[in-house]
Amino acid sequence: MLLIQCPHCGDRNSDEFTFNGEIVPRPDADADPATWRRYLYMKSNGDGWQTERWFHVSGCRRFLRVERNLDTNEIRDVRDYGDPS
Amino acid sequence: MSDVKRPRYSAWKLLTQGFSKKPWPKVWEHHELQSSYDVVIIGGGVHGLATAYYLARNHGITNVAVLEKFYIGSGGSGRNTAIVRSNYLTPEGSRFYDRSVKLYEHLAQDLNFNVMFEQRGHMTLAHSDSSLRTMRWRAEVNKLEGINSEVITPSEIKKLAPFLDITDHPRYPIHGALWHPPGGIIRHDAVVWGYARAAAALGTHIHQDTELTAIDVDSGRVIGVQTSRGPIATRVVINCTAGWASLISAMAGVTLPITTRPLQAAVTEPVKKFLHPVIVSGSLHTYVSQTSRGELVFGASVDPFASYSTRGSLEFTTGLATHVLELMPAISNMRLLRQWAGLCDMTPDFGPIIGPTPADGFYVDVGWGTYGFKAGPVAGESVADMIANGQPGRLIEPFGLDRFEKGTLTAEKGAAAVGH
Ligand SMILES: Cc1cc2nc3c(=O)[nH]c(=O)nc-3n(C[C@H](O)[C@H](O)[C@H](O)COP(=O)(O)OP(=O)(O)OC[C@H]3O[C@@H](n4cnc5c(N)ncnc54)[C@H](O)[C@@H]3O)c2cc1C
Ligand SMILES: [Zn+2]
Repeated sequence: MLLIQCPHCGDRNSDEFTFNGEIVPRPDADADPATWRRYLYMKSNGDGWQTERWFHVSGCRRFLRVERNLDTNEIRDVRDYGDPS
Repeated sequence: MSDVKRPRYSAWKLLTQGFSKKPWPKVWEHHELQSSYDVVIIGGGVHGLATAYYLARNHGITNVAVLEKFYIGSGGSGRNTAIVRSNYLTPEGSRFYDRSVKLYEHLAQDLNFNVMFEQRGHMTLAHSDSSLRTMRWRAEVNKLEGINSEVITPSEIKKLAPFLDITDHPRYPIHGALWHPPGGIIRHDAVVWGYARAAAALGTHIHQDTELTAIDVDSGRVIGVQTSRGPIATRVVINCTAGWASLISAMAGVTLPITTRPLQAAVTEPVKKFLHPVIVSGSLHTYVSQTSRGELVFGASVDPFASYSTRGSLEFTTGLATHVLELMPAISNMRLLRQWAGLCDMTPDFGPIIGPTPADGFYVDVGWGTYGFKAGPVAGESVADMIANGQPGRLIEPFGLDRFEKGTLTAEKGAAAVGH
């Protein structure tokens, strides 16, 4: 079981959330199609610590910024997506 | 080839060897790491080993090293549920996997090693009108490629799998199925060992306990690699590391459209034979087959988040039990013996990535997601061909890395997401 400490709802099982993957900076609106495709598809998919987005679908329905270790699944930081990181 | 002779296996040999109380002869030799190889393959799974075998057998390229950081088959190749089939959704997918089924049909002969390929038929259940429509589509695409694949009715399903409830009582009633007689299951470990043994006999060096730690790239071209046992000079490196593909590619400065996700499976205690074909239900996110030993092997969809951890979860087991019992209530008293996980290299379009990369001399054979074991033979054959001829052949051309920048994705999700 993976527990996520939602800043709004407290400790909740990860199956209350949907996983949106690693956070990749979004290109400018007028970027060319190749840049947009790179943004859509290319992933660093590294091991170790990753900053990623989750959505608390069965809770507060807020997007969250989560720091998780991909080798161990340990979570060290969770904050609302709108909060400064 | 010095002192290691390729042992022959027969009933007589088993008997005499058994009584002799002597250890079985070594199947392949341990080699020192050479300072250079013509080709270095990273990953000792079915893809790396099949590539090594076809390089040697079809092209006489034998100055080849396979580097495996752990032991061969320790990745997805030793953890999968061993389903082989070719009833995919796209013409390029069906064609490609069909070649693999054909190679698997002769593999035991080719390798002189029993891989226990049992073509028991592969049945994908439709629980809704829309999935029945997709199946009809798949069947038509398959037939055009000459693949035996058809939509069957509930009464035909009942004949092939008598314990399935085809009434309208279940929450997800069975409306029909896609039936694919050439599909089946195989002994995955035997495939890995068979390829390793045959490649080694042809001169390939298989280095277990040898981890790739860096790739040396000089002005855009691969010139060598660093390993836990020392450096190797080489101009060709092939990445066959599935779940670890992004980490290895990053060493050559290549980014991939891959996310690594764990996939879990489970097996029950053995019981008397009652299930012949492989049964898949996309709507119930599950599939099941019965091994020749009598165990039921279950699988599901990938875990809901990315990870390099292969730890199992209770969510998987409870979800699996719920779905499987919906399909086969009669097995509710059976006990699960084991559950495990492997890493899957998921791509956005559920197609593999095979071919050259922006780093000269660095090739990938990755993106095998939850469905790549069946592709081992055809991928190995095609990659070997590409290395020998300098360019990707017809079968793998649609699967190049550049498709993601060009926007020419394949659309295999409908046939690859659950039914591995
Ligand atoms: C539970 C489960 C069920 C599945 N079911 C099916 C199925 O029914 N049918 C099907 O077709 N497919 C199935 N698959 C998918 C299939 O297992 C994989 O796609 C396939 O085995 C990939 O083979 P491979 O040789 O590319 O990679 P792997 O077998 O994963 O081999 C990669 C190897 O690379 C090694 N490696 C990693 N990093 C390094 C390094 N730095 N240096 C050296 N070596 C390294 C690893 O140790 C590993 O042995 C399933 C997968 C799982 C997990
Ligand atoms: Zn919340």
